[in-house]
Amino acid sequence: MSIRVLKPGMLTTLQDRGRSGLAAFGIGRAGPMDDVAFRLANALVGNSDDAAALEISVIGPRLHFGADAIIALAGAEFDAHIGTQAVTGWRRQHIAAGDVLDCGRVRQGARAYLAVAGGFEAEIVLGSRSSDVNAGLGPLHGRPLRDGDALMIERMRASERGAAGAAAGAWQRVGGTQAPERAWALDPRPWFDPDLDHAIHLIRGQHFDALDGRSREALFGAEFKVAPDSNRVGFRLDGPRLALDAPLELISEAVAFGTLQLPPGGRPIALLAEHPTTGGYPRIGQVAAIDLPRLAQRKPGDSVRFREIDLDKAQSRYLRRERELAQMIEAITKRLDA
Amino acid sequence: MTAAGSADDFTIEPLGESVLLLRFGDSIDAALNARVLAAADTLRRVELPGLLDLVPAYATLALHYDTAFWVGRNGDTAWQHLAGALRAVFAGPLRADVGDVRLVEIPVCYGGDFGPDLAEVARHSGIDPEQVIARHAAAGYHVAMLGFAPGFAYLLGLDTALQVPRRADPRTRVPRGSVAIGGMQTGIYPADLPGGWQLIGRTPLTLFDAARESPCLLAPGDRVRLRAIDAAEFDALAQERSP
Repeated sequence: MSIRVLKPGMLTTLQDRGRSGLAAFGIGRAGPMDDVAFRLANALVGNSDDAAALEISVIGPRLHFGADAIIALAGAEFDAHIGTQAVTGWRRQHIAAGDVLDCGRVRQGARAYLAVAGGFEAEIVLGSRSSDVNAGLGPLHGRPLRDGDALMIERMRASERGAAGAAAGAWQRVGGTQAPERAWALDPRPWFDPDLDHAIHLIRGQHFDALDGRSREALFGAEFKVAPDSNRVGFRLDGPRLALDAPLELISEAVAFGTLQLPPGGRPIALLAEHPTTGGYPRIGQVAAIDLPRLAQRKPGDSVRFREIDLDKAQSRYLRRERELAQMIEAITKRLDA
Repeated sequence: MTAAGSADDFTIEPLGESVLLLRFGDSIDAALNARVLAAADTLRRVELPGLLDLVPAYATLALHYDTAFWVGRNGDTAWQHLAGALRAVFAGPLRADVGDVRLVEIPVCYGGDFGPDLAEVARHSGIDPEQVIARHAAAGYHVAMLGFAPGFAYLLGLDTALQVPRRADPRTRVPRGSVAIGGMQTGIYPADLPGGWQLIGRTPLTLFDAARESPCLLAPGDRVRLRAIDAAEFDALAQERSP
């Protein structure tokens, strides 16, 4: 039983929560750009959060299902269909053997996660099923899906995982054509915010004070746009060119998901899921973790404005968000078990 | 076991909500880097919980940590809580286990098509290309850090006469195995990558292979010797390694 890729979409990749423990070897995390939508998509189909899902971007794939499956789409709003029936996001849905899921184009946001009960089967490379497109690492050597690829559902492994027990149960209940449709959907609002007018919170970076006065003002006052040469490694931001008071002599050291670097050209780069483990450019800011999913939902041409937040506040808001997300996932799991 | 300096002279810089950077200095210096690697060893040995990844660099050690695990008590934030625990771990002298330092020999074919910038390095250094090769291969190196790409090792120990600025016009593709100089750094490209360093040679060895039991040929702290080889030996070694 397999899922055949009829059209790959713009950039569709297999992702789990990422590769960790190998940064000392220059091997980065990769994983989903919007980790919140990713986890909720998996929760909706009863998977644990280490199951692999598809990250789809701007133009989604067309997939032929060779057997019945339970799917959920979470994150950006796509014009997705199964035949003539629209597929709504943030809810589980049954798809029958022989059906074609056409994820269509994005309406709001940039990326969504397609999870399938049991998880997508993917080669575990260096401890993870995440595709690192830039490093050419992961299942399919890190490459995005292409026409003719066949994906399998990893049912057995999922049923062995405690947290995914619900998936196996749900799967059995589906049995054939009288699948019990679960009509409820999540309210995406706390987890997905496509409003481009909402500022992205930014913590001052180690080298913020090295910016000249005009650039310090511009960073928190001006409008930037996600540049066309942006990808999963990072977003280059067009807007006012930023400059330092005097050149800094820096040596390579660690960078993180969300680090805002300033290369010599003056065009900042916000590092994202496939960021290198180290970098040598001035770090002028750090996108607050609570707003990384919001930034990841922007696409080339979209506006970005930054608002300052201090680290302590950012960290306590991040911890609160993680608690709320854990509660939500627990509530979903209970509902699936009921 | 050898003392590698005292550890109480580092600063702690948060890098966002889930990374702390321990800064031992801000220059490329072997003694400084030895302290960074000793600190990383110490953290692995004491098995401090709630750490997800360690990233040693020239002069800093980054810790990716589980924010929820380090949730503060008594009004402390998570990063302050972890910072306190780190200060306690490093209250004593830093020790590095030097008993098992590996020595890795890397054959390098210098010049020709493999080293298109050899002449430029020679011109900049004011010595002839043969001397560049002799000096580059004679130095003893050690791996200060890996970064930039999987398996990319930054080597310390470059002869100061060979320090040359990066190219004004970086290449969009540097072939894998290229041995290069950038400022006071030298390193080997593990894959075809963009890069601005001056290319002086190439090794037939595979520095990174995800399918190999040890994916990276080099690890932080390894000692490295470069051995100059000719094109015939390069071809023979390359063939030995191709499947």
